[in-house]
Amino acid sequence: MLGFCILSFALIMVDHLSGYLDDIRAGLTIVVTPVLVAADIPGREAREIREIFSSRNEMRNYIEILEQERTLLKAKTEKMAALTAENNRLRDLLGSAAKLQDNVLVAELIGVDPDPEKHEIIIDKGSGDGVFVGQPLLDAQGLMGQVISLSYFTSRVLLISDHSHSVPVQVSRSNLRLIAQGTGVTNQLELMHVQDTADIRPGDLLVSSGLGNRFPVGYPVGVVNKVEHDPGRPFALVTAVPSALLDRSRHVLLVFTEEKLARTPEARRNGSGG
Amino acid sequence: MEAVADTRTNGLWVIAVTFVAAMVLAIIPLPDFVPATLGYLRPEWIVLVLIYWVIALPQRIGIAIAWCVGLLSDVLLGSLLGQHAVAFIVVAYIATSLYQRLRMFSVWQQSMIVFATVGLNQLINFWIESIAGLTEWNIWYLLASVMSALLWPWVFLLLRYLRRRFDVN
Repeated sequence: MLGFCILSFALIMVDHLSGYLDDIRAGLTIVVTPVLVAADIPGREAREIREIFSSRNEMRNYIEILEQERTLLKAKTEKMAALTAENNRLRDLLGSAAKLQDNVLVAELIGVDPDPEKHEIIIDKGSGDGVFVGQPLLDAQGLMGQVISLSYFTSRVLLISDHSHSVPVQVSRSNLRLIAQGTGVTNQLELMHVQDTADIRPGDLLVSSGLGNRFPVGYPVGVVNKVEHDPGRPFALVTAVPSALLDRSRHVLLVFTEEKLARTPEARRNGSGG
Repeated sequence: MEAVADTRTNGLWVIAVTFVAAMVLAIIPLPDFVPATLGYLRPEWIVLVLIYWVIALPQRIGIAIAWCVGLLSDVLLGSLLGQHAVAFIVVAYIATSLYQRLRMFSVWQQSMIVFATVGLNQLINFWIESIAGLTEWNIWYLLASVMSALLWPWVFLLLRYLRRRFDVN
């Protein structure tokens, strides 16, 4: 009993203060992967059954909407390619390095942390797919979070709405740099240390600023929804709604930014597929 | 001697299956239409199953098994390695020292002990996380022990049925 207690506390200390146990955790995670997969089955089946019972008409409508969206996006992509080329030419003139397009890998959410206080999800791609710790995760609308631990088949992602998570952001209208901190509520971020005189107002789009070299530049993070000036407080109280559907997205994108790509050739192969 | 050893470890796979089922229940996501805060009501399935097997087979399921199950739970729930392990060995220790009395109790009296034990489990997890600076005190966490106590009679009856049906010992 005492031996196990001491061993446990030793493990807790080492795990908390260092990364030596990451391999053990990764190994044990492979052991419990069947449990993760099994826990995802009811939700998956429910969705499939709903799809089976949706009428032919609904499906046709849905396909039509998707087709339209696809055409629109394709047109946008064509324009994007031209703009990227132009942008790179201009950067060339300025003497700065060309920016490559970020590669992505599509992953699917297979689990959610059962503790409502922790905003963590589990996705079905792991170190075997070239995922790395700290890798940013997006959905179709914006930034979702970052990978915090890995195993061969799965990885655990900390969402931007978690208490302990902060993202360096930039107001896209005024280029004001700020830090957006999670609040523990899925639909709210808090902006820290905003001057009362700062140029920020409700409706402003926040994009990742790329400072700190963790998240790539320019992905939408949230939209400011409240700016409150309280004379009794040193800073203005500013909150934002995350752009990503943090509690609803099932298909997510892992981003491989260029410098990380250069280091992992395996990731490049996977990334270009996605 | 061989035959005796054989009957002694009968149906241990049932124990493994119940632990795996408890782990699945512990992490199964709530449906989309349920508010996330209802997650506080989730009972501590793994602790319930652990308590049952310790009471039923104290010579087989003890602190060592509790520690292993705890370590797997840590990996499953993404907590610090050893955190659930230490909470589970305390639970197992309490259950092994009380098992003779617990067997005499009615199922509702057992529920009371389960309430206290699961509450202690929650507190230990909480202490460790707050010392590590990972969380803040939240009274809602104790709802899990209330739910666990309320569910205990059914878990107990189901597991007893399984134990008798498959003659686990």
